[in-house]
Amino acid sequence: MPEQEAAGHQETPAQEVGDFLRRRREQIAQRWADAALFRTVFTVSREEAVEAGRAVVEALAAVAAAERVEEQEADGFAVVREQLARMAASRSRAGSTNSQISAEVDALRPAVVDLLVAELADQPAEHVRESTTALTVLMGTLRLVVLETLLSAGQELINRQHLQLLEVATPVIKLWEGIVAVPLIGTLDSARSQVVMETLLDSIVEQHARFAILDITGVPTVDSLVAQHLMKTVAAARLMGAECIVSGIRPAIAQTIVHLGIDLGSVKTRASLADALGYALRQQGAHIVPQEPHDAGSR
Amino acid sequence: MQTAGGVSACLPIHSDLDLVWVRQHVRQAAAQLGFGLVAQTKLVTAASELARNTLVHGGGGQMACAPVSRGGVPGLRLAFSDEGPGIPDLEQALRDGYTSGEGLGMGLGGARRLVHEFAIDSRPGSGTTVTVTSWVSGPPRPREEK
Ligand SMILES: Nc1ncnc2c1ncn2[C@@H]1O[C@H](COP(=O)(O)OP(=O)(O)O)[C@@H](O)[C@H]1O
Ligand SMILES: [Mg+2]
Repeated sequence: MPEQEAAGHQETPAQEVGDFLRRRREQIAQRWADAALFRTVFTVSREEAVEAGRAVVEALAAVAAAERVEEQEADGFAVVREQLARMAASRSRAGSTNSQISAEVDALRPAVVDLLVAELADQPAEHVRESTTALTVLMGTLRLVVLETLLSAGQELINRQHLQLLEVATPVIKLWEGIVAVPLIGTLDSARSQVVMETLLDSIVEQHARFAILDITGVPTVDSLVAQHLMKTVAAARLMGAECIVSGIRPAIAQTIVHLGIDLGSVKTRASLADALGYALRQQGAHIVPQEPHDAGSR
Repeated sequence: MQTAGGVSACLPIHSDLDLVWVRQHVRQAAAQLGFGLVAQTKLVTAASELARNTLVHGGGGQMACAPVSRGGVPGLRLAFSDEGPGIPDLEQALRDGYTSGEGLGMGLGGARRLVHEFAIDSRPGSGTTVTVTSWVSGPPRPREEK
């Protein structure tokens, strides 16, 4: 412990840093407004960047005053966590990687540390070292808080993208008079297959369709639940007076369905969407005449 | 977070979204170990059935995925475990068409046919673990016990 300097000066280094940050808030916020992290996020006006900087300095001061410089969960951060998250997300959307953003937060440190060192110029080295250490630790914690918001935002984004993938629109396409098709892509879970069934039945009524083609080329896995949904859809279409054809069952999936023990015997299947369309056209009485091949010998 | 690209993993099964992860992981792990397209599809489909049982009948749980090797043949072992009600009558549960819910009742029996090795450990009241293993080139002959 260094001997007491000025009378009654019982402050810890962290508290001293807290005082310093409060006192120099304006100056620090002005410096930070020109740093990449603030400058690139608040592009409309510099005053916005300064305002955001003030809020962060204020939060850091509160954390330091509470002597919690090492704690990401310190109350002081709560006030600015959302703002930091928005800033980080904005950098992230602009294409910065997490480590680039981390470096940008780190780049805020020298401006504050220099200011503190200048202020403590006439203090004993030991004192200067303790105070700057507290400030450096505090800035490191700020960096962790920002990174943490990035990671949880990333996880949320992934979840959201997956939901979107599951809920992706399932358009019903009219292929010909009386023939509609739904190309299924992605996961056919219960919620989505319900949507598929409803849209398909609606369009059978609307289009007066006699044939409905369900193309599963884009469905990666056909397990018993998916098979059950397909069979239900086929049965419902039949009740509406339409014949359903399932196309796009790839060889690996066909073999798997057989091993799984599922009997798709009640379902009309065709290898490809084109085959299914050909079948439906012929059933409607259309004649499909293939063009003469150029070299007649190849047939 | 670091499982991307690896085979070993322990994935939670608590939602439909988790089933997507399970299938993707198993497909990628199987491909990495050298399973062919048909074998991959079989294993992923079995995993889909068992993971859904873990979710629907077991009330959620997890899948542990690990590479195995026997007699130089690589394989993939998947263990689906939950702490749900357990299966009171295994023979009945494995019978094609039996369901206590609204499924097709083809999941357990079907999964057994899609893999090389299949084991259920279930005690009523203390959960269920279904462990399956498949080998890259058909089940290796049981040579040495080790
Ligand atoms: N993890 C599990 N926990 C409890 N019961 C299970 C579990 N897995 C399967 N079962 C029981 O075995 C039955 C058959 O399973 P399965 O063949 O997959 O058919 P389905 O899931 O369509 O009902 C289920 O209906 C259920 O009663
Ligand atoms: Mg099942």
